[in-house]
Amino acid sequence: MKPKVAFFDFASCEGCQLALLNCEEILLDLLTQVELVEFREALSETAPRYDIAFIEGSINREQDLLRLQDIRARSTFLVAMGACACNGNVQARANRIAPAENYRRVYGETDRNRVQTDPEFWPLWSHTRVRPVGEIVTVDFQLRGCPMVADEFLALVQSLLQGTIPHVPANAVCVECKMNENECVFDRGDTCMGQITWGGCHALCITQGYRCDGCRGLLPHANLEAHRALLREKGLSDTDIQHRYHLFGGTQTPFWEKSR
Amino acid sequence: MTLATLDCNIDIHHVTRVEGHGSIRINVREGVVEEVKLSIVEANRFFESFTRGMRPDEIPWIVGRICGICCVGHQLAATKAVEASQGIEVSPQTVLLRKMLNQSQFLQSHILHVYFLAIPDFVGAPSVLPLVKTHPEVVKRALRLKKLANDYTAVLGGRTLHPMANTLKGWRRLPDQEAIAQLRQRLQDALPDLHETVAIVKTLNIPPFERETEFVSLKHPDEYALYDGEIYSSDTRATVPVADYRQVTNEFTVPHSTSRWSRWHRDSYAVGALARVNNNFAQLGPEARQVAHDLGLRVPCFNPYMNNCAQVVEIIHCAHDSLAMMTTLLENGLREEPIDHQPREGQGAGAVEVPRGILFHEYTFDRDGRCCDANAIIPTSQNVNNIEQDMKAFVPRMLPLMSEKELTLNMEMLLRAYDPCISCAVHLLDVSFVK
Ligand code: SF4
Ligand code: SF4
Ligand code: SF4
Repeated sequence: MKPKVAFFDFASCEGCQLALLNCEEILLDLLTQVELVEFREALSETAPRYDIAFIEGSINREQDLLRLQDIRARSTFLVAMGACACNGNVQARANRIAPAENYRRVYGETDRNRVQTDPEFWPLWSHTRVRPVGEIVTVDFQLRGCPMVADEFLALVQSLLQGTIPHVPANAVCVECKMNENECVFDRGDTCMGQITWGGCHALCITQGYRCDGCRGLLPHANLEAHRALLREKGLSDTDIQHRYHLFGGTQTPFWEKSR
Repeated sequence: MTLATLDCNIDIHHVTRVEGHGSIRINVREGVVEEVKLSIVEANRFFESFTRGMRPDEIPWIVGRICGICCVGHQLAATKAVEASQGIEVSPQTVLLRKMLNQSQFLQSHILHVYFLAIPDFVGAPSVLPLVKTHPEVVKRALRLKKLANDYTAVLGGRTLHPMANTLKGWRRLPDQEAIAQLRQRLQDALPDLHETVAIVKTLNIPPFERETEFVSLKHPDEYALYDGEIYSSDTRATVPVADYRQVTNEFTVPHSTSRWSRWHRDSYAVGALARVNNNFAQLGPEARQVAHDLGLRVPCFNPYMNNCAQVVEIIHCAHDSLAMMTTLLENGLREEPIDHQPREGQGAGAVEVPRGILFHEYTFDRDGRCCDANAIIPTSQNVNNIEQDMKAFVPRMLPLMSEKELTLNMEMLLRAYDPCISCAVHLLDVSFVK
């Protein structure tokens, strides 16, 4: 029997699901190997059980948490797809601001007060804290990046179909950047997060003329002290450094920053 | 059995095949419609709050993440707003590249919407998947066209989703001219595929439902406004400057939706492909006008289901306009331009048309050149109110004629016709009948 595959989205831009729709050449082929049972952007169908559940987006509300737990209970493998699901992504910046203040800035004072005092609003509006999927349920695999890298998605699905465990090397973006023979951003006078960021994107942003902002998340055992020292040497203030770590850093903020 | 004599409670929870979460609730008591509600149930992400502290050039890059399918539009609207705040003027080359980038997104998004989200409705399929078996040539054509449009974005912007090559003032890395020459050839070769798209949409059975409304879009004196222009209303037949967008959007909050709602001269207004085609018909290219004629789209058109036809008209317009722009670019060549910039204090608004309608961004920067205030008004949040008004008009009219199932499907189709992008409006739809 073909494995049942489903996609679910929470707070996200849905770009990772689009990244998947963008695999035009292999999409039809993939569909012959799996049974796609839920994919709200493209399908109306639903199903009771999944062999592989892909979760896109971060968890921002109580009701989303319950939905996620239900999906987990009905899935064999659960994959966090994209930076939103893996580490909270850009929206986790909102965690550093009080919810009342977030609401005031986005909806204005009057509406903020309504939202906070009128129970009719609560189920939809009560926002807790931006959490990555792995903070709530067990995640079997992560597809990093904003958006995720389609090749990694395909490799993961192929390996799960064959019953093997996919191997994702923990190397820095710098490694791939050098393989592309890019001029280092530091030599251009800008600064870069590539040294402490998980590779796998082929250093795409640098190759296209930008710098790495770290969307794929911090490498385990990344030497943050050394990286901070380097950024300071390049003239960044501690506020600037902290800001850079928080651009895509999501909820994986290093401890030293929390104490500030 | 029709619903005319029933008590019923339709609750479409999480309407599928839209981007984002929304639901439609319809209450009928003894054949009288008591309530029609369109809810946006998406969780907030608070972009307008957490962009504070960012530098001018970081803003467009980050706010593209509001919506994957409109990421280019968000980047461009934000770029224009930030540039207005920083007093940055851009070169004709940059404007040309941005127009191309924007049209690549129109092609991508409209093709995806017409083939994946709309056609299954009209042929009575639950999704595009069964079409793989029943209409393989249609699905393959859809994928081919989408690939071309995606590659177009990638050549211009560095990648299809969240491109990074474009920034304030210009391009971090200019697109490769050889790649553009190849794209032009592929686009030229795809014209027959595009005309097949027109042919299939021509066979679709569009529900004959009309409700007069106000159409709002950009308008430009010299061209079909997609990238530049002032805000135009079909009610007043006049424009207001983009900087005064708050006079237009007049946002308000309702308990059943996490997106804000808008209204201008009447209860609600519509933005998007149909609004643009209605407002700027004469400026469409000749091929696009011909397609409008072939599809029976005559302006003013007040049938919201015709938005799908308007999208096809725009696909044809953008294809031909893009071919012309590619030719210009290849003739003129591309020059490296300085993109360095010193952040400063200031405030500015910007607007572009994105596939779903007019999009506004506004930013303020403090003395340190850090963002201290942000506002973005998304097409879907402008449209939800109008969609709900359509539903309120549709349900009582159709109640005596339709079964529960038909009504549910027609409501979903109506919503999908608007091509709502709810992840950006915060996210839209589920329908179920509870008795
Ligand atoms: S990770 Fe990025 S591309 Fe993927 S859903 Fe989140 S914001 Fe969108
Ligand atoms: S540009 Fe960034 S990723 Fe590349 S080598 Fe330099 S620091 Fe590493
Ligand atoms: S270069 Fe950095 S920011 Fe760009 S995709 Fe890779 S990890 Fe993300």
